[in-house]
Amino acid sequence: MHPIRKKRLIIVLFLLAGIAVAVGLTTYALRQNINLFYDPSQIVAGEAPVDVRIRAGGMVEEGSVLRDPESLKVEFKVTDFNSSVLVEYTGILPDLFAEGQGVVAMGRMTDNGRFVADQVLAKHDENYMPPEVAEALERASGGKHKAVDGNSTGAGY
Amino acid sequence: MWQFFHKLGSPKWFFGIANRLMPWLMWGGVVLLFAGLIWGLAFAPKDYLQGNSYRIIFIHVPSAFLAQSVYIMMAVAAVVTLVWRMKLADVFVKAAAPVGAVLTFLALFTGAVWGKPTWGTWWIWDARLTSMLILLFLYFGVIALGAAISDEKSSARAVAVLVLVGVVNIPIIKYSVEWWNTLHQPATFKLTEKPAMPMEMWVPLLLSVLGLYLIFGWFACLRMQTEILVRERRTRWVKALVQAEES
Repeated sequence: MHPIRKKRLIIVLFLLAGIAVAVGLTTYALRQNINLFYDPSQIVAGEAPVDVRIRAGGMVEEGSVLRDPESLKVEFKVTDFNSSVLVEYTGILPDLFAEGQGVVAMGRMTDNGRFVADQVLAKHDENYMPPEVAEALERASGGKHKAVDGNSTGAGY
Repeated sequence: MWQFFHKLGSPKWFFGIANRLMPWLMWGGVVLLFAGLIWGLAFAPKDYLQGNSYRIIFIHVPSAFLAQSVYIMMAVAAVVTLVWRMKLADVFVKAAAPVGAVLTFLALFTGAVWGKPTWGTWWIWDARLTSMLILLFLYFGVIALGAAISDEKSSARAVAVLVLVGVVNIPIIKYSVEWWNTLHQPATFKLTEKPAMPMEMWVPLLLSVLGLYLIFGWFACLRMQTEILVRERRTRWVKALVQAEES
């Protein structure tokens, strides 16, 4: 390669490396702000601030959804399979909301350790399958769990 | 290899190659894209959870995939511009940027349409969505900077530096769903590992991605030819070409 071109190539590589380091350090420093939500473990460990608007995300725990028959109020536990947080919400839940599904709730932690949400979003996982396959998986697991659990336990929500 | 590389520097040579390539790219792209879309939208099984609304994936994933690929190709061309001062590389960057911008917009738009019924919101400032929006602004910046500087050489260098600065955003988009907590799910469509969807959904998706690559190649050739004709309008071969066309 021509020496001038070689020099230019080295300058370009330095430029790229410099930008990558700068951006890497910035995103590393801001990682807690870039995270969209806190895990239940982080909230239980007291890492999430109390009485500040935050988001909590995780799986809706099986059998934890309690609906108030008189109103739109609903209570459920959000879990990451280590810890869980009790969430209170009044309003219409998205279509995909179900036990065993991922959710992200926006709201505040109260002093007594409950999370009062004013918005609940459903989080979809990366698994897609036809209904027949989902049914077959459910049958295979004895019908106790929803088909998704078998695939995505621990992999995130 | 080096001979081929140096030939690439000749706009006239590329013009001829593009003429021969374009019918293949166009027909291949149209056939693959339509096959993938019709298969995906009408015949692929529906999702057990989302029903039919998941079908937007057959447009969303190819456009998001291409939006990032196009930017990587532009970054390679930017290195060539800066190191070898090859005019054709700059022609490619200028020709590809608007196409990339449209693809990025399409990915954001289809994502919003899908997000409303699935997540419950059409927009959220999570890492994936935000970094994709930054990609859209990068494309706009490249287009605007290229148009703002009238001198061909300074414009080429300025744009190349901007494209290279922006390329750090690409790994951020790709890994945002793994590095941080996001609402956006991790990748379903994978080439290197087992995809998280059955074959009868994955194959049409693959066809649409490949088809869109070819369509992009066709658009790029077409737009590069136009740009070459404008830039080389004073040369003998372009004048001869126009004369042959007129007579």
